[in-house]
Amino acid sequence: MAIEVLKPGLATSVQDAGRPGYYNLGIPLSGALDQQSLVLANLLVGNDEGAAVIESTLLGPELQFDAPALVAVTGADAKVKLNGNEMPRNESFAVQAGDKLGFDFMKLGARMCIAVAGGIDVPVVLGSRSTYGLGAFGGFNGRKLLAGDRLPVGTPSARAKPGRSVPAELLPVLAKEVELRVLPGIYFHRLQEVSVRSFFADTWTVGSEADRIGYRYKNGTPLQFLDRKPPFGAGHDPSNIVDAGYPYGSIQVPGGREPIILHRDAVSGGGYAMVGTVISADMDLIAQMQPNHKARFVEVDMARALEARAERRRRLDRLRAALAA
Amino acid sequence: MTVTTLPARARYSFGGDEHLFVEISEEMSLPAFFKGMAICNELRRRALPGVTEICPANAAYLVRFDPDVIAPDALLATLEEIEAGLGEADLQMQTRIVEIPVLYNDPWTHETLMRFRERHQDPSSTDIEYAARINGHASVDAFIEAHSSAPWFVSMVGFVAGLPFLFQMVERERQIEVPKYLSPRTDTPRLTLGHGGCFSCIYSVRGAGGYQMFGVTPAPIFDPAQRLSYLKELMVFFRPGDIVKWKPIDRAEYDRRIAEVEAGTFALRIAPVSFSLKEFLADPDGYNQQLLKVLHGD
Repeated sequence: MAIEVLKPGLATSVQDAGRPGYYNLGIPLSGALDQQSLVLANLLVGNDEGAAVIESTLLGPELQFDAPALVAVTGADAKVKLNGNEMPRNESFAVQAGDKLGFDFMKLGARMCIAVAGGIDVPVVLGSRSTYGLGAFGGFNGRKLLAGDRLPVGTPSARAKPGRSVPAELLPVLAKEVELRVLPGIYFHRLQEVSVRSFFADTWTVGSEADRIGYRYKNGTPLQFLDRKPPFGAGHDPSNIVDAGYPYGSIQVPGGREPIILHRDAVSGGGYAMVGTVISADMDLIAQMQPNHKARFVEVDMARALEARAERRRRLDRLRAALAA
Repeated sequence: MTVTTLPARARYSFGGDEHLFVEISEEMSLPAFFKGMAICNELRRRALPGVTEICPANAAYLVRFDPDVIAPDALLATLEEIEAGLGEADLQMQTRIVEIPVLYNDPWTHETLMRFRERHQDPSSTDIEYAARINGHASVDAFIEAHSSAPWFVSMVGFVAGLPFLFQMVERERQIEVPKYLSPRTDTPRLTLGHGGCFSCIYSVRGAGGYQMFGVTPAPIFDPAQRLSYLKELMVFFRPGDIVKWKPIDRAEYDRRIAEVEAGTFALRIAPVSFSLKEFLADPDGYNQQLLKVLHGD
């Protein structure tokens, strides 16, 4: 069977659990930005939890099915409509041949995962079906979806059945203001004391440059770096370094003006000093931030980062247990 | 040759709970790159469970790990142990030397740089004229000679897929330095030879960029369709540690090479080579001459 894209939405692409192992060649992880929503969507339709789904951003696509299928939509809060009739989010439902699936604008959250039983069956490239836009490979023809695309769907498992859902308390909470926990480090020591304070005290607003590569934040106090003699090869601005690798979640501040947090389609390196890194447990929260949503950066140490990681894993395990039945 | 003194000990800093960032030196140098490469190679050889990415980059390196499999402190201790074990030993590496044809002063980067002239330090000259002047070369030809005669190390692959950063294997005094554009361009032709700070690069894909543009190569270096022989193994050609010799070509040869690329018959001149940092530092020019003999099979 196949799914035809009638309208592509704002930025819609095929994504899965990602493509680790090639970052040293500049090929980033990619994969669904909100991995928790990926796992939930796949388990609801009986897929392996890392199967490929359709990830949409802010405005969802309109899709038409050429055969009966089982679908689940997770992530951002937007009305899900099947032939114009509202359908539940976070619950699997059947569609028939010819059915049209559409969405209203996302009220809260910024990304939805649309899973289909059997998974989106595009070719595996370097171990993943995820789209990597800058490299123009993976996913469907290495790009965002366009009207007229026909997405192949794999074979559903025996676990695929409609009406599957999870208790509401297991669902992630969406909000317009979030706290992002940050482990200071890398070039944090090059910030002036006044900027260390303002970075964590200010409320930062998501700017218009917010995509799968990274999120830029505005409306905070510009950051000041300590003066120094520029090291050979680093460049003259005190926010420059000799080009180096960028961690996922790392926060760079070009010219000290606006922090940029890199996400799963990250540029793998460059010449801007990073002042810290958002912990792994909070990366899904960034994926759900719309422009003009607000964040505060909360300083944590490694012990607390690891506790948060363990808590996230326990939450996912509860989801898995609830859906294993 | 400038004596580059590295900090006695690298600086280790965690990037969240999944990355360890290691700065060998704040400044770029071949010894800093080599030390990072040597540690990365040893870490790769050990194949530690939980280590998922090992990324050498210029004067630093980045390791990504799964802290549920390897504790952050255990990884840190391993890297410190590897660093300590390097001691004063000569750093040697098995690598390859590659000849990359370049049409300097080509019409496509020229058209692009004219379009973005208001973003440049010197709107009245071209990128390569500006680079020649501020680096003390009497002419563009003399600059091209300096850029293309001594080989370069690929000191990092990244930013985007398959993009090599290269560092020239000459004394610091002879290294070419240019600032990036005042404000980045929104367009750079694919396969542009660029230069910013002390690094040259080849833009693997078309897109935004801030490096000065000197020319273009006909040789694809990144191709998801893997059409050419040297891209069959992997869609990305360059690896950190590769040695590159630029070969200036004229428009007629460029057009011939492009025809070969389109026919699928284009090949690169590539030779395996072993590199010794100690021998290089003792006599850079003499050592480079030996490397070029290996490239040409003499």
